[in-house]
Amino acid sequence: MTDDTTSTASSAGARTATASAPAAERRSRMLEVTGLSAWYGEARVLSDVSIDVAPGEVVTLVGRNGAGKTTLLRSVMGLHPQMQGTISLDGADLGRRSADARARAGIGWVPDDRGIYASLTVAENLLLPPVVHPDAWPIERVYEFFPVLHERRDFPGTKLSGGEQQMLAMARVLRMGSRLLLLDEPSEGLAPVIVQRIGEIIREIKGQGVGVLLVEQNVKFASTVADRHYLLAQGQVVEHLGNDDFTAREGELLTYLGM
Amino acid sequence: MSEFIQYTLQGLAAGGFYALSALGLAVIFGVLGVVNFSHGACYMLGAVISAVLLAELHVGFWVALLVVPILMYGFGVLMERLLVRWLLALDPLYNFLLTFGLTLILVEAVKQRYGVSGLPYEIPAGLGGQVTIGSVNLSVYAIFACVFSVVVCVGVGLALTRTRIGMIVRAATEAPERTRALGINVGRWVTPVFGFGIALAGLAGVLAAPTRAITAEMGSNFIIVLFAVVVIGGLGSILGAVVAGFLVGLVEAYGIAYAPTYAQIVIFVLMALVVLVRPSGLFGREEIA
Repeated sequence: MTDDTTSTASSAGARTATASAPAAERRSRMLEVTGLSAWYGEARVLSDVSIDVAPGEVVTLVGRNGAGKTTLLRSVMGLHPQMQGTISLDGADLGRRSADARARAGIGWVPDDRGIYASLTVAENLLLPPVVHPDAWPIERVYEFFPVLHERRDFPGTKLSGGEQQMLAMARVLRMGSRLLLLDEPSEGLAPVIVQRIGEIIREIKGQGVGVLLVEQNVKFASTVADRHYLLAQGQVVEHLGNDDFTAREGELLTYLGM
Repeated sequence: MSEFIQYTLQGLAAGGFYALSALGLAVIFGVLGVVNFSHGACYMLGAVISAVLLAELHVGFWVALLVVPILMYGFGVLMERLLVRWLLALDPLYNFLLTFGLTLILVEAVKQRYGVSGLPYEIPAGLGGQVTIGSVNLSVYAIFACVFSVVVCVGVGLALTRTRIGMIVRAATEAPERTRALGINVGRWVTPVFGFGIALAGLAGVLAAPTRAITAEMGSNFIIVLFAVVVIGGLGSILGAVVAGFLVGLVEAYGIAYAPTYAQIVIFVLMALVVLVRPSGLFGREEIA
C-alpha cells in the first residue's frame, strides 16, 4: 500500500510536464506496475520500473534493444519469475499467479514472434484460447473484420504472410476478450500499408475500452496510435511523455534512441 | 521380389512398435519437456507383463492388449505424480537422469524376478502361420501387428486433430509457455499426457511380445533406436515421430536382410544424413533446431 502511494506521487510529478495525459482516466487504472525489477541470472535488466495503463488507453514502451521492454511485458504476463515489485490488474495484485490465470483474468499477449502455431490451422489458432470476457469478439465478427483469416481458415497458421500472422495474433486475443493487450513490436518487419492497418486495429480496440501496452521501436508509428509513452533505457524509465510532447520532440528522441 | 515384400512387411511391423513408442515419447517431450529415457524400459515392461499374465494368470494376448496399456497408464501417472513432477522446474537434465536411473532399477528388478533368459510367449491362436498371396508367403502376425499399429496411430492422430483436447495437446507440444500465456492450464494435462505416452510404450511391448525375445534388456537397444526415430522425425513433431518410426523399421529390416554386417549402423547413418540435410528433422520446425 505504501508502494502504491509513493508511485502515485512520483508519477504525478512526472505528469506535470505531460498536458495530454487525461486526468479522468488516471483514476481507473487497469494495469499498475510498481517498483518492478527483473533479472536474468545475475544480470539486472529492469530497475524499479513503475508504469500504468488505463482502460481505452494506448501506452508505449520505447527504447533500444536490450532496454528491458520485452522483459517488462513477460513479467506482466507472468512468464518471467525472476522479478520483484508489484503488478496489479484492476486493483488486484497478481502476485505469483500463473500465466494462464493472468490470461484468464484478461491479459492478452501478442509476442514479438507473433506466436502462431504451425501445427494448428488458422481457425484453431483463433479458437484455442478460452473466452474470458463477455465483450469478446464472436468468431463471425473476427472473420468480418479480418476477411483474409476467413479465407485462409483451414491453412496451417504459419503458412500466412508476416502481416497476416500479426493480424491472426491480434485477432486471437480479441476473440478471447482480453481487456489489456500486451503488443510486442507489432509493426516490426512489416510493409507500411500493413503497419497502417495495424494502427487502425489498435484504434478500434482502444475505442472499446481495451487497454494496450505497446512495445515499439518505430517512433513514427507509436506517435500515431498512443496516448502516452514511457522511454526505457538500461532497464529504467527515463522519460514519461504525453503524445504531444512526444511528437514535438520526435527528432531529438530518434537521436537519443539511436534510431 | 518375394523376399523383398517379406522384408518390407517385417520392417513395417517393427516400424509399428517404433511408431507407437515414438508417438508417446514425442507427446511427453512436447508437453512436459522431459526426455523420457525409461521409454524403452516401459516397452519392456509391456512385454514382460503380457508374458507374466499369460504364464501365471492364463490371461491371453487379446486381454493383454487391453489390460497392459491401462496398467502402464497407471504406472505412468504414478511416475509423473511421485517423481517426474518434482523436477519439472529444474534443468531438463534432471528428469533425464531420473528416468535413466529408473530404467536401471526396472531392468534389474525384472532380472531379479524373472532371470536373464527370455520369457516364452506364443503367437496368439488365429494369428499364427503364413498367408500366401500370389507367390509371396507373409506372416499373419506381422500383418496384424502392422495393421494394428497403423490403426492406433491413425486413431491417435484423429483424436489429436479432431478434438479440443487434441488441439490443446498439439499447442502445448509445440509451445508450452505460449499456450499457458493464452489462458490454458497446461499443467492439468501433464499427468494424463505422461500416462498416455507410457501406455503407448506398453502397448508396443504387448504387440512385440509374440515376436521378440522377452528379456529385461529388450528395451536397451530399443530406446537408442527410438531416440534416432525422434531425431529423424523432428523433435516435437507428432507426425514426424510416426512417419520416422515406420521408416526406421523399414531401413532396419532391409539392413538386416541385405547388409547384415552393417545392420546395426544403417539407422544411425540415416539419422546422420537427415540431420545433415535438415537439422531439425524431417517434420521438425526450424526454430527447434
